Amino acid sequence: MTAAILLRGGRVIDPSQRMDAISDLLIEKDTIEALGTNIDVGSRDDVEIVDCAGRVVAPGFIDVHCHLREPGREDVETIATGARAAAAGGFTAVCAMPNTDPVTDNQAAVGFIIRQAARAKAARVYPIGAISLGQRGEALAEFGEMVGAGAVAVSDDGKPVASAHLMRTALEYARTFGIPVADHCEEPTLAAGGAMNEGLVSARLGLKGVPNEAEEIMVIRDILLARRTGGHVHLCHMSTHGSVELIRWGKERGVNVTAEVCPHHLSLTDEAVEGYNTNAKMNPPLRSAADVEAVQQAVHDGTIDVIATDHAPHHYDEKEREFADAPNGIVGLETALAVNMTWLVATGIIDLATLVEKMSCAPARIFRLAGGTLRRGNVADVTVFDPDAEWTVDPSRFRSKGRNTPYAGQKLKGRVHLTVVDGGVVFRQGE
Amino acid sequence: MSGLAAPPLGKDLLGLEPLTSEQITLILDTAEPFKEISERAIKKVPTLRGATIVNLFFEASTRTRVSFEFAEKRLSADTVNVASSGSSVQKGETLVDTARNLEAMRIDMVVIRHGASGAAQFLAERIESNVINAGDGTHEHPTQALLDMLTLRDHFKRIEGLKICIVGDVLHSRVARSNIWGLKKLGANVAVCGPRSLLPNAIDELEVEVFDRIEDAIEWADALNILRLQLERMQGGYIPSLREYNRVFGVSRERLERAPRDVLILHPGPMNRGVEIDSDVADGPFSVILDQVTNGVAVRMAVLYLLSGGKPELAEMAKGGGSR
Repeated sequence: MTAAILLRGGRVIDPSQRMDAISDLLIEKDTIEALGTNIDVGSRDDVEIVDCAGRVVAPGFIDVHCHLREPGREDVETIATGARAAAAGGFTAVCAMPNTDPVTDNQAAVGFIIRQAARAKAARVYPIGAISLGQRGEALAEFGEMVGAGAVAVSDDGKPVASAHLMRTALEYARTFGIPVADHCEEPTLAAGGAMNEGLVSARLGLKGVPNEAEEIMVIRDILLARRTGGHVHLCHMSTHGSVELIRWGKERGVNVTAEVCPHHLSLTDEAVEGYNTNAKMNPPLRSAADVEAVQQAVHDGTIDVIATDHAPHHYDEKEREFADAPNGIVGLETALAVNMTWLVATGIIDLATLVEKMSCAPARIFRLAGGTLRRGNVADVTVFDPDAEWTVDPSRFRSKGRNTPYAGQKLKGRVHLTVVDGGVVFRQGE
Repeated sequence: MSGLAAPPLGKDLLGLEPLTSEQITLILDTAEPFKEISERAIKKVPTLRGATIVNLFFEASTRTRVSFEFAEKRLSADTVNVASSGSSVQKGETLVDTARNLEAMRIDMVVIRHGASGAAQFLAERIESNVINAGDGTHEHPTQALLDMLTLRDHFKRIEGLKICIVGDVLHSRVARSNIWGLKKLGANVAVCGPRSLLPNAIDELEVEVFDRIEDAIEWADALNILRLQLERMQGGYIPSLREYNRVFGVSRERLERAPRDVLILHPGPMNRGVEIDSDVADGPFSVILDQVTNGVAVRMAVLYLLSGGKPELAEMAKGGGSR
């Protein structure tokens, strides 16, 4: 049993301390012990030495938005398989959305996820509690008790909070406990029955479209409510050009608003739906090229704070059907880094430091989670990846039970080499 | 044209958008010799003898199903009709399982009508049999557009340069989409006319002209293809009432009489008389609505023939009993 890990000679990128340099990093038990060149561990035989030359050493990635399906749909994902998939994707922690069955809307349900996560011994899993009981959009869930049991945010993700009054109250009440309200922005009457982005492709394919405004109306409603209440609204999976402008408007006025975008909205357009590809069906839908460009730019300029996966595993049979009837969502934990590297970093839209900021530092800061930094004395959650390694996406090799990805067969750039959680290796490439 | 290695239409007929103008013209030309079969006392040729065809109808349909069935029977195919009610589909079987089970019985072709856009393509990608789309959701209804075009060509002796206006609920119409693709590929000028709430938001990107006033459409057009207004559009809140729809967009004799030229009237049926079309127009001298129905059988015979591997230049012979 090794007591320490020495990551030798990697390019350490840690925006939390404005660091981007070739350095060694020594992990002692569960803690970042030292950073520096030529760290000497002498003749100790309890140190594992990992050669990181040519690799990036970063604070572990944190995904603030995933669906682990347990309890309820253990056939498509469990907390254990989800946590292992996360580790394989370089994530040292993930936040699990509460749209489970039963809904995670009380302290006992939150406690169950915490216990299952501890057993998994992979990435950390932080529960997100529901905003409303049963995600029905009527009565507030008990935020206080859920936070007490370990919930880090509240959300009715998957279902929009239709009532402006309920959202207002949620923002106020969440403020009491210092947690963000993670907001699924979708005006339900405009989005009703929609299967993809409203545009030329939907007109051609004869599929009911969801207009950009279905998202944007809720974005501005909830920015205004956050301004009114002082509550923290975290806007999930932003997909449109208009949303970016509205977030900018809110931030310029000091509103407590943060925003995330998913790798698929940064890389694919609604043309991926062509041929009725159900693995290109998600909510919000893939948008136009102009929208993709706008959210990419928003990651670059800081309007969007976080990249989150919205990892949504589904059973093969559920996606193998008529487009309008297929469920929304794709798996994302094991492709996020490579998609971001391929479409954002390799293209020069953002640099590696910005990528690490969006995938690690900002999520930790915004959701007040451990990690997100390699400062000495902090918890040893670390990700090592090969920025130039190319690999072909083969869903049959996923740790996730989900295989539903639009990237199958694509050659992507950037591959996780090692994932360390709490000082222990939870994923090693090639094992 | 002889000695084609690949079948001229490919394996399936899923829509007109993916077809070339040559392929569309080929179907229309192939339909010509088949028209005559339906005029005979004994309306049967042995062209598809031994072929088994399943008409898989997940949506209620009389006209299209009967038209396909006549086309199949007049070509001597063995046909089975499967309607969604009473089938295992009602018991929760998925489309892919239904299809695989049918194919396990060694069929040659499937004609599918389904409420979901893309259902025909979904099926075509998963089974070896030829698949003919008889209407999928709000996507395409290729044989309807082909019979519309055949009817136009019969009347005007050409498609190129014609001005055709599609009137009504374009948003939800598979007939409209197939007509737009087919007509444009053959060089017609295509316009649409209807309430903006029943036109796709991206209509301009489909590169068709848009008329907000039916009077303007009538003044412009050589022919109107008047779509059926589904009653559920009113319940869905797209239009306030059928009465107002008729007053604003209904095609009436009074409106047609103000046109600078005779305007040919098409309607894919079934008609709502007094809503999108007045009776004296439907039954009037410029209506070719029943010609469309007649042509439907010939067009479907042509499609079945071509997909089954029949050679276009042999269609004339086929009706006499020649080889497949």
